[in-house]
Amino acid sequence: MTNDTPHPRTSLHFQINEPLLFEEGSPGRCAFDLPALDVPEMAISDIVPPDLLRNDVAGMPELSEVDVVRHFTRLSTWNYHIDLGLYPLGSCTMKYNPRINERVARMDGFASAHPYMPTELIQGALEIQKMLETCLAEITGLDAVTLQPAAGAHGELTGILMIRAYHESRGRPRRIVLIPDSAHGTNPASVSISGYEVQNIPSTSRGTVDVDRLRERVTDDVAAIMVTNPNTLGIFENEIAEVCEIMHSRGALVYMDGANLNAMMGLTRPGDFGIDVLHMNLHKTFTTPHGGGGPGSGPVAVRQILEPFLPYPALTMKSGGSYAFDYDRPQSIGKMKAFSGQFGMHVRALCYILANGPEGLKEVSEIAVLNANYIRAKLKDAYFLPYDAPTLHEVVFSDKLQTHFGVHVGDIGKRLMDYGFHPPTVSFPLIVPGAIMIEPTETESRQELDAFIEAMLAIAKEAETNPELVKTAPHKTRINRVNEAAAARKPILRWTQR
Amino acid sequence: MLEAIGVGSMEELFAGIPENMRLRRLLDLPHALTEPELIRFFRTASARNATDYASFLGAGVYRHHVPIVIDALISRSEFYTAYTPYQAEIAQGTLQAIFEFQTYITQLTGLDVANASLYDGSTGLGEAILMAHRITTRNKFLIAKSVHPEYRAVVATYARNLGIEVQLIDYTESGRVDFAAVEKAINSTVAAVVIQSPNFFGTIEENAEISALAHKHGALSIVNICEAISLGILKPPEGADIVVGEGQSFGVPMSFGGPHVGFLATREQYLRQMPGRLVGMGEDQHGRRAFVLTLSTREQHIRREKATSNICTNQSLCALMCTIYLATMGPTGLRETAEQNIRKTHYVVQQIRARTRHSILFSGPRFNEFVVQMKDDFASRSSRFQRNRIIPGLHIARFYPELGNSLLVCVTETMQRDQLDAFVKGLE
Repeated sequence: MTNDTPHPRTSLHFQINEPLLFEEGSPGRCAFDLPALDVPEMAISDIVPPDLLRNDVAGMPELSEVDVVRHFTRLSTWNYHIDLGLYPLGSCTMKYNPRINERVARMDGFASAHPYMPTELIQGALEIQKMLETCLAEITGLDAVTLQPAAGAHGELTGILMIRAYHESRGRPRRIVLIPDSAHGTNPASVSISGYEVQNIPSTSRGTVDVDRLRERVTDDVAAIMVTNPNTLGIFENEIAEVCEIMHSRGALVYMDGANLNAMMGLTRPGDFGIDVLHMNLHKTFTTPHGGGGPGSGPVAVRQILEPFLPYPALTMKSGGSYAFDYDRPQSIGKMKAFSGQFGMHVRALCYILANGPEGLKEVSEIAVLNANYIRAKLKDAYFLPYDAPTLHEVVFSDKLQTHFGVHVGDIGKRLMDYGFHPPTVSFPLIVPGAIMIEPTETESRQELDAFIEAMLAIAKEAETNPELVKTAPHKTRINRVNEAAAARKPILRWTQR
Repeated sequence: MLEAIGVGSMEELFAGIPENMRLRRLLDLPHALTEPELIRFFRTASARNATDYASFLGAGVYRHHVPIVIDALISRSEFYTAYTPYQAEIAQGTLQAIFEFQTYITQLTGLDVANASLYDGSTGLGEAILMAHRITTRNKFLIAKSVHPEYRAVVATYARNLGIEVQLIDYTESGRVDFAAVEKAINSTVAAVVIQSPNFFGTIEENAEISALAHKHGALSIVNICEAISLGILKPPEGADIVVGEGQSFGVPMSFGGPHVGFLATREQYLRQMPGRLVGMGEDQHGRRAFVLTLSTREQHIRREKATSNICTNQSLCALMCTIYLATMGPTGLRETAEQNIRKTHYVVQQIRARTRHSILFSGPRFNEFVVQMKDDFASRSSRFQRNRIIPGLHIARFYPELGNSLLVCVTETMQRDQLDAFVKGLE
């Protein structure tokens, strides 16, 4: 690294190297503690035929509790995380995860509830789920909600399967689902698993769905359109009501990817502008933690006409006020997942909704939009803005001005690490070459936004004055760029004894 | 900030949303609660779930002792508030932990490669079916009736629109899959034979003959495992091409059915047809060991509609719980836990046989579950169990009406002798 000036935000701190678990330990060490057996100790081979039994698992290390704690603590220090600072990943809604969510989800009555407990013994869990369903229906302006889907993409699959079941109930499933070219990759993947063919719809120069082209493309063979609103450019689909009308007039439905719901809570409701089915990401909008890549949770809300097709069982309230599961759902698409969905995430999401209330949620969306527009205003001279339309909770720039100096979006992202930030979403959406997609969320202070803006401006300058520095970034991280092509050519996917 | 943006009011920021679509009232939600109020609200709701019962429920979700270090370590926000580790330089902690998870799963299943985890066991089985469908380009699946009924229901949902046909294979009086029925049903249109071990009744299956038969007909062998602790003592399924299952038993709270964590392992040759994320070991530009998400050309963000799966996430934090659990238990702890499950279950089976008139169904070897068929009306006993704070197991007539008035009973290492004896007494 040369000519790199220290930045006030970051300084070096030591990290301890740590081998793999499998390279550690020593025979005889142990960290477990099991009470002595209190029933007669029969030989296992007298209970289970010996030919079914294995030897000890080969390669499994023996470790003490301190070994285990140090190992994972050291690993943890190698991660960037939201508690460390701004995490501007566009479309990912990386916001602060309130601690109280964690506290309440760990309450014994929730954490140790078995899904097959008799319903009279789990009224508390059912009450939480019913209340969350009701809140999500109100926030989206739709009529019914399932909490079963495990994540956003799983919610998409659920929604598209319901659309298919709906069309089948009316005679034929139809053949095609339309998807704008700005959509998330999960959209087309979910559609193909549902047995539909994907057809792309181009965007206009404004960055929204091309309504004229859409009108031409909607035939009686089209089952639905999948839109994201605000779309992945952060632009509200201002003709969404018309899109819905066009689809509905041909008997087709409108699916909305709710990944960007954080822009609209209490401001506008998908159900009110014509959406038929929508999934939400509790791990984005509703602050359940991302966990380093899951667990997520992807509830789906629907209009009344789709309610019979929801995954079974339905959660109902009986006369007398107690809750029960209703399995008598003949038109249901079936089970999407065993048991009741990612319940632990339901508790956290409800906690978040109750902590904010109607005024609070509205303010969440307002500040999210304010923060994104502040970044847009401050960076629009240094970075190219491919679409000029007003944006809500996120903004998409491109690397067009920097490519002139040989600096690409990936380099800018990597250089941000040296300034103490996680990179934004890069190279997505696909309709913007070299996209830099920034979503700050509402939980960032102006000071944090300013530090980020300052870093971005400094990098834009470096791209001109010292492009090499940016192209070889990061310089201050534990490792630098990984040779991904080599890793994929000869994949090593597990540790083996040398 | 408004000034910097160049607008006069917050209202102007939302100019992009057409006026007639704006919500002109507050959402009809409960008013905001403060922290003490939230604690009170959730404590009250939590108390409406019973926690003081001796529960003999299993059926895919198991109560095992969860070492305290797991929650202490996964509560580090470095792990739980991080995003998917797409930026390897600042996500090595998560990446190495996933690589360790993948390694543990291959060690336990005896297969070559494992992915970074899936949503849970049930959706994992759905993904395994789709994977076998891609590999063989065949449409028919023979699935044992003793595979978890909810898992089969999920498979049915996944398979429904892809021309996949499922034929159920019955069980015999041993509780194991009817091999003769597999022999009769298998032919060159079959993509895979799917069994579960220990199966839904707790019976341990043998896969050697089944996999050999499947391979003879060009089909794959898939084995589903709901009770992962069994892998600490039972041989990994012989001849299986895909082993898929649920990792909840490895230190993940029951949490009313989720979040849990699916795992999927397979042979090297099928690697590129695998769903889900994979972490690989490589080097950075200075030759330092580095971990990175790899082979993502299979995945939806690159391949879109041609991806191996629509899956976009794993269950990273739950996979981390499993990894910490396995590190804590080690081979000895895992084996001893598994042995206690077998011994305690066997004790209860013997006691029921000796002291009650009910039948223990199925003669095959068991891990930690069994089916007891009641010789009298259960309703009369139910209130006594309730009074003694015992949940005696799961009524399985809903799934297996042919087994009549039967309970699926699970006994793990967490159950104490006096609880076991009280349960048996309740059946007398």
